[in-house]
Amino acid sequence: MIALLARDLRLAIRAGGGFGLALAFFLIVVTLTPFAVGPNTATLSLIAPGILWLGALLACLLSLDRIFALDWEDGALDLIATSPLPLEGAAAIKAAAHWLTTGLPLTLAAPVLGVLLNLPPPGFLWLALSLALGTPALSVIGTFGAALTVGVKRGGLLMSLIVLPLYVPTLIFGAEVARRGAEAQAIATPLAALAAISLACVALLPFAAAAALRVNLR
Amino acid sequence: MMPDLGKYALWVLSAYGVSIALLATITVLSILQSRRTRRALQAMEAGRKTGQGESARSATPGTVKEAANG
Amino acid sequence: MSLWEYANPTRFMRVTGAALPWLWALTALCLAVGLTWGFFFTPDDFRQGSTVKIIYLHVPSALMGINAWLMMLVTSLIWLIRRHHVSALAAKAAAPVGATFTLIALATGALWGQPMWGTWWEWDPRLTSFLVLFLFYLGYMALWAAIEDPDTAADLTSVLCLVGSVFAILSRYALVFWNQGLHQGASLSLDAEENVHDVFWYPLLVCIAGFVLLFVALVFLRTRTEIRARRIKALETRARMSAA
Repeated sequence: MIALLARDLRLAIRAGGGFGLALAFFLIVVTLTPFAVGPNTATLSLIAPGILWLGALLACLLSLDRIFALDWEDGALDLIATSPLPLEGAAAIKAAAHWLTTGLPLTLAAPVLGVLLNLPPPGFLWLALSLALGTPALSVIGTFGAALTVGVKRGGLLMSLIVLPLYVPTLIFGAEVARRGAEAQAIATPLAALAAISLACVALLPFAAAAALRVNLR
Repeated sequence: MMPDLGKYALWVLSAYGVSIALLATITVLSILQSRRTRRALQAMEAGRKTGQGESARSATPGTVKEAANG
Repeated sequence: MSLWEYANPTRFMRVTGAALPWLWALTALCLAVGLTWGFFFTPDDFRQGSTVKIIYLHVPSALMGINAWLMMLVTSLIWLIRRHHVSALAAKAAAPVGATFTLIALATGALWGQPMWGTWWEWDPRLTSFLVLFLFYLGYMALWAAIEDPDTAADLTSVLCLVGSVFAILSRYALVFWNQGLHQGASLSLDAEENVHDVFWYPLLVCIAGFVLLFVALVFLRTRTEIRARRIKALETRARMSAA
């Protein structure tokens, strides 16, 4: 398991795409936002939590199709499936690797980018916390979507269509935590809901992803 | 005959129009698709019977089984 | 082993073939009676004016938009557990029909909302969850269309339907919470079962029956199409194999 995790991480770093691409995309989205809505700082600080969440979500989506695609093409996925490691475990590891290379850097970068959007000071902590709690769910849901579409050629667009509706609850609660945090309101309820969704996704979705993988490898 | 819809006539009529148009679309599309596949299947089975003679009969249960098993 | 499986599509074809003309007749009757009754022979609501007539379309289609997904969930489960092919094909056949109903519910909702709420689109949790449901239908249909092997497609869409159902329910609760967060207790939505008077209720019931029948008829028809298409594919494969 750890070997697989280490291998995935090494591949992601060596390809240079993992950290770099998603972060650059995130930066661009945040940079383009003021061009679209105007440089008014009051407006920006109002929409900052939502934009940051949306940007992180899209950046996360961007790298999903690489979770299984390369292993599928060169046949490594068949080897993983026949190895003693249960496929559920492999799916969970893949999701973890995706989170470490995408979700974690995005979480760390978000407060920095928050400065650009004039995020109110109390929001920084809650934004980082909500992303830290929410991005694992995004990675696991995305792993499930990638497992469904791994056999489809050029399945990236299809996967977005499938995965984005599944992101709705996570996005709602995550952005709500960040927004309420920025406005210094009570955040306990959405925070608990976000944590619950994240934990449930991490616990259950690897099974669904493994089921989809088995069908695709048949 | 036409009821007096008052100032909301436009909304009510367009709601009925849109809904009936959508229902008609899905119905007509389904019927057209159904006709097309039925004709294709009939043509294919007719071709098999005339073209291949006794092998068609022995093959038919197998193909259905294949269809059932995927 | 195959007798049971062989008999089932055939029996399905026979039964639905016999039932379809009656179903169509009943559907047409119910829809004609219900919509005519609702449109021509019901009074205006004192508050909503003539827009109350939109509920004869809105409520049944919304109901069927959800029920179609529930039916797909059940048939997907049957497919995953029993490997019953007609079941998987019925789920595939139901998806576009359900999406159409959902779209009608959204369109009529917007057309009702414009004069009543003064806006085409309110991010009301009910409306929004229908939009999300529509997106789920789109993803589901796209997955069916993208995968070539029919059994793989049936398996994967079934899994997606199961996971999607859970997330659809989650989204529903998240949206209720989210909208409360924005503006407190905006209970503008039309609660048909609770405050609708008998005068509106009976034609509504007929319309609901008509929509249910229409759904069943369409699903039967489309499932028959799918079974025939599958048969064609099998025959083609066989022809190719014997030629090779």
